[in-house]
Amino acid sequence: MSVLVDERTRLAVAGITGREGTFHTLNNRAYGTNVVGGVTPGKGGQDVDGIPVFDSWERAVAEAQPNTAMIFVPPRFAADSILEAAAAGVALVVAITEGIPAHDELRVYNTLLRDYPATRLIGPNCPGILSPGKANVGIIPASFFKQGNVGVVSRSGTLTYQIGNEIAQAGFGCSTIVGIGGDPVPGSSFVDVLELFEADGQTELVVLAGEIGGSAEEEAADYIAEHMSKPVIAYIAGFTAPAGKQMGHAGAIVSGSAGTAAAKAEALEARGVRVGRTPTEAAEIAVEVLGGASAPAA
Amino acid sequence: MDLLEYQGKQLFARHGLRVSSGRAVTSVEDAVAAAAEVGYPVVVKAQVLIGGRGKAGGVKLAADEAQLREHAVNILGMDIRGHIVRTLWIEHASDIASEYYASVLLDRSAKKPLVMFSVEGGVDIEEVAEKTPEKLIRRHVDPLAGITHDEAVEIARAGGADADVVEGVADALVGLYEVWLQEDATLAEINPLIVTPEREVRALDAKVSLDGNALYRHPENQSLSDAENEDPIERRAKEEGVQYVKLDGDIGILGNGAGLVMSTLDVVAQAGGSPANFLDAGGGSDAQKIKQAVQLILANDAVKAVLFNIFGGITRGDEVATGLIAAFEELGPREKEIPFVVRLDGTNDAEGRRLLQEAALPNVHPAATMNEAAEKVVALAAGAAVPG
Repeated sequence: MSVLVDERTRLAVAGITGREGTFHTLNNRAYGTNVVGGVTPGKGGQDVDGIPVFDSWERAVAEAQPNTAMIFVPPRFAADSILEAAAAGVALVVAITEGIPAHDELRVYNTLLRDYPATRLIGPNCPGILSPGKANVGIIPASFFKQGNVGVVSRSGTLTYQIGNEIAQAGFGCSTIVGIGGDPVPGSSFVDVLELFEADGQTELVVLAGEIGGSAEEEAADYIAEHMSKPVIAYIAGFTAPAGKQMGHAGAIVSGSAGTAAAKAEALEARGVRVGRTPTEAAEIAVEVLGGASAPAA
Repeated sequence: MDLLEYQGKQLFARHGLRVSSGRAVTSVEDAVAAAAEVGYPVVVKAQVLIGGRGKAGGVKLAADEAQLREHAVNILGMDIRGHIVRTLWIEHASDIASEYYASVLLDRSAKKPLVMFSVEGGVDIEEVAEKTPEKLIRRHVDPLAGITHDEAVEIARAGGADADVVEGVADALVGLYEVWLQEDATLAEINPLIVTPEREVRALDAKVSLDGNALYRHPENQSLSDAENEDPIERRAKEEGVQYVKLDGDIGILGNGAGLVMSTLDVVAQAGGSPANFLDAGGGSDAQKIKQAVQLILANDAVKAVLFNIFGGITRGDEVATGLIAAFEELGPREKEIPFVVRLDGTNDAEGRRLLQEAALPNVHPAATMNEAAEKVVALAAGAAVPG
């Protein structure tokens, strides 16, 4: 098992005909992901290396039955594309697009909640989801990961690669790596993904990589204490970030004391979650805990 | 993007909120002309993006031209905690019966807009929230429906607004919500929202943060912000589309991905170093962008050593190496003395490392891991000789 994406994934990509969209879609297909279509208004009937392109999400769903949507369109079109995919009945939408206005994200989140509760959104501004050996939806460099029993959930892409790679070098693999994105209003939070990992048979331990800003890590800490039987190891980036400065991710802004890395690490540790001081240390703790639980995969 | 008070008030006025008449000026003579226009007594207010300007002497009342000249001369050019005052807001002085507080912001936790109101305005609202939370009314609004006048009336009443100004406060709350919504703001705050002796409700201050990602919808707002007070390197980075934040230390940092760069700053600090900047070269950086980034980092004279921490996903190691080599070709004599530590992992990492090895740049030191790289760069910045 794994979460969100696997051999049953049928992927369609909005923005498949763009440069980045084409590149990553073909990458995902080369990894073994079942890519069944693409959506670009006005280009229906064309194909991208044999993948049929449709004019709308409605057409794509009617003709190719995707169960997963990946959004690669520019920021100003992304919100509508997400909602169209949901309206067409796609169960999982993974939004890679970076730079979507916060008000659009707010509208998308609340519209999904009200009108399309069966659709789950991961992202936006995220690297996607990888279940090693099964499916890759997004831009995560899959060659650095192998199949195993560690679930990873993170607000940052490259930080995920860093930690995942260290775990892999220690001989362990991952069930699924989920990048939830660094924006102010993500479709799914740490808590949503922790819930999936808790229920997943393959996942034995979860690594959570957070960063400054917002309160998602604090909410995760409460959830872990109350609902998680599996060990969770955390890492938080941004201890040296100055107050009031925005560091890249729109979400990663600190004002006042709430939302600081120190406050987040404290909240997690107060609920029994071990927090690594560096990505390396977080990976080492994970390996130490796993080492006691099971032998490294070959 | 944070706006200056007068820029925020101009947005308020556009959405029907009441503000005092005033003018933004940048010289003493213009201040005199503005005061004559709006009428004495006037308030002279320093326009800076930092709180506590009243305490710093940046807000003064002037009854006549002599007083105005004195205050304008003193406040223009004043340094308020690192922010130089270049603009004054000259406003007709208001008589104040009560000072309230109102704000609308994006509540990331609830994923809804949050409207807040208090009759304890004119003071630090965080203190009110902490010491007397019952005096700060908080109401979430359904972003798909917006705020209704009735909801705003309820908020004003619940907060204890005087009965005869409940309607005026409700109008202000609805107006503030419109500013927040239609201008793509993440925060719109009025502190104080005053009640005059004539029982008029008016915004005496304005704090507005706009979402930079939504500026394409608001071309008229693109020229706002405090460009003159921006750090020159940060401004250049913005123009070049590079995420750069200047910090106080002496170790230049370049990485790809905001999370990894923040983590790199932390690891360098833990190794005893002090980062000079945050720089996210972003995903898929090509050699040209890497070269630009190196030039930005070295534009800061405080930099004594530089750390490259790359874990390539869509960023390719060979592009990073090519960019670094190209940057070195154009370095001046001072920059050539600055040591670089390079940690390269991920896509095409072996090729990148090979390119660097072949180029044999005199001052470039490879590191195998992030922790090793941090330790090396801290030692180099301190002037130590490092093997390899």
